This record gives sequence, structure tokens and C-alpha cells, in this order.
Amino acid sequence: MKVKVIVTPKETVLDPQGAAVREAMQHLGFSGAREVRIGRYLEIDLEGDPVEQEPKLRELCHDLLSNPVIEDYRLEMPNEKK
Amino acid sequence: MKIAIVQFPGSNCDQDCLAALRGIDGVESDYVWHKETSLHGWDAIVLPGGFSYGDYLRCGAIARFSPIMRSVVEEARSGKLVIGICNGFQILCEAGLLPGALVRNRSLHFVCQMVTTRVEVSDSPFTRGMPVGTLLRLPVAHGEGCYYADERTLRDLNERQQVILRYCDSSGRVAPEANPNGSVQNIAGICNADRNVFGLMPHPDRACEERLGSSDGRRIFESMIGSLVRDQAAA
Repeated sequence: MKVKVIVTPKETVLDPQGAAVREAMQHLGFSGAREVRIGRYLEIDLEGDPVEQEPKLRELCHDLLSNPVIEDYRLEMPNEKK
Repeated sequence: MKIAIVQFPGSNCDQDCLAALRGIDGVESDYVWHKETSLHGWDAIVLPGGFSYGDYLRCGAIARFSPIMRSVVEEARSGKLVIGICNGFQILCEAGLLPGALVRNRSLHFVCQMVTTRVEVSDSPFTRGMPVGTLLRLPVAHGEGCYYADERTLRDLNERQQVILRYCDSSGRVAPEANPNGSVQNIAGICNADRNVFGLMPHPDRACEERLGSSDGRRIFESMIGSLVRDQAAA
């Protein structure tokens, strides 16, 4: 069972990487991107019952996988629709 | 005075710190491996620069959970002096001992250069004897040194005089051109509310002898030692 964690920079935090990528997209003739934000994607292959492990996973998302000062996270459990 | 230098896998300024500290009269200093669990018996703690755990995930994010960090947090809470330099600053922020975070340099470039910083607080244990406005020339070398904190945290930092150093030009003017990494309000170093934990991106450890281009970093370490001597005499 795989769970997914998506970590993104908070709205208030500058994302110079995203800005550089947006610029590169413009150079390639695509001017439709208002903003690009770059985050991090983690796939975690779980052993055992995902539901049972969800509280601990949320704790890990908060303490280790993201830094709440600058980032938000979204934890997607296997049974959840996007 | 006994000063511990914590070594994480990937620390690379541990030797610079050791050389800098051993060069000061009356200082004994040695390494403490990150798997150790106690810092009892040391008078102060240094988290040196480097790339702990290869900067994986986020700079300092994994080192923050090293076994020694529990003791660093305890000792910091009990009032012991802790200084985190560069990666050490990042670890202190990740560990929640200092507010805010260090993110990718605004330019996206790794910066490796000499900078000038302005002392903003003269009564911290790290800047004693340095009047406000004292200029310190120190080298920086980092890719993720852009200090970020939200509005409220910044207001608190300023109100409580926790901003110890700001990047400035050679005449002491805190200007955008003098900011090497895009740090908010040119912040180069901050302390906690209790003033015993100090984090900074520039490297005092690499500026302790004139032949290295500057000996201004030594003043920070000497201030620390001076504070420790004073505290012990008062006890």
C-alpha cells in the first residue's frame, strides 16, 4: 500500500526555483503560467494497516517530512480520492 | 572552559571550529559525535557548518533528530550557550530552538564570499563589548541561507532585540545590495528570547586569523568565553 505526501512552499514564502522555471517556460513560448511553485513528492510503501498508521504518519509529515514554518503538506492515504 | 563541537555525518567545519576555539586562551575544546546522548560537563556547545546528512529532505531536517539533539535542546533550555554556524543555524531552526527557517538563496546561486555584518545588539553573550554598529567581516558559503520568518515572528524578533547581525555594506548601511542571499530584513544571525542560543549563516570559525582575511570571527568566540567566565565568577 502506497501513501503519498505532497509538500509545497507556503503562499507567503518566495519560491525562486518556481520563478526560474516559469521564466524558462516563457522562453519556450508558453506564457500561460501565472505562477509555478515547486514542492516535494514522497511515496511511502507501507507495511500493515494504513488506517492504523495514519496518526503516526501525520505526525511524521508535520515533524520531519515538512517544515511547518515554510511548507504545507498533504497526506494522501490509499483509499482517498484526490 | 570546555566547549563541545558536535559532529554530524557531513559536518565539514568542525575542524575550523576546533582550531578557532583552541586558539583562545583558557579554552579546551573537542568533538562530540552525534550518536552521543549527553553534553553534560561542557560549558558551551557549537553546531558547526557543513552538509549534515547531505542536506537531504531539507538542510538540517535529519540532523535535528540525531541522538545528541535531545541533549542540545535540554542544555539550551537550561541556559547553556549554544552557537550554530551555517548548517548549525539551519539545524537550530529545524529543531525549533530558533524561530524562522533558512530557505534557498533568492538568487538560486551558492554564495561563497566575504560579507560585512553589522552588530545590532551589544549585550548578547555573543557580542559583548561590541557596540551597536560594530562591523564584522566574515565569510559566507551556503546555498540555503535566505532567512525567512513570518511577519509576526519578525516583529517579535525586532521588538525583543533578537536580531544580532545584519548584512550591510562596508560603511555599515543595511542595504539590499549588501544582502548575499535575500534574507528578510538582511538578517544574518539571530538569538532566542533567552539570548543563550545564537544562529548565524556567516562563519566566524573561518575568520579567526588575519591570514584568513579577517580575524573578526574571533571576537564572537571571545565574547562567548568572556560571558562564560563572568557567569562562573558570579556563581
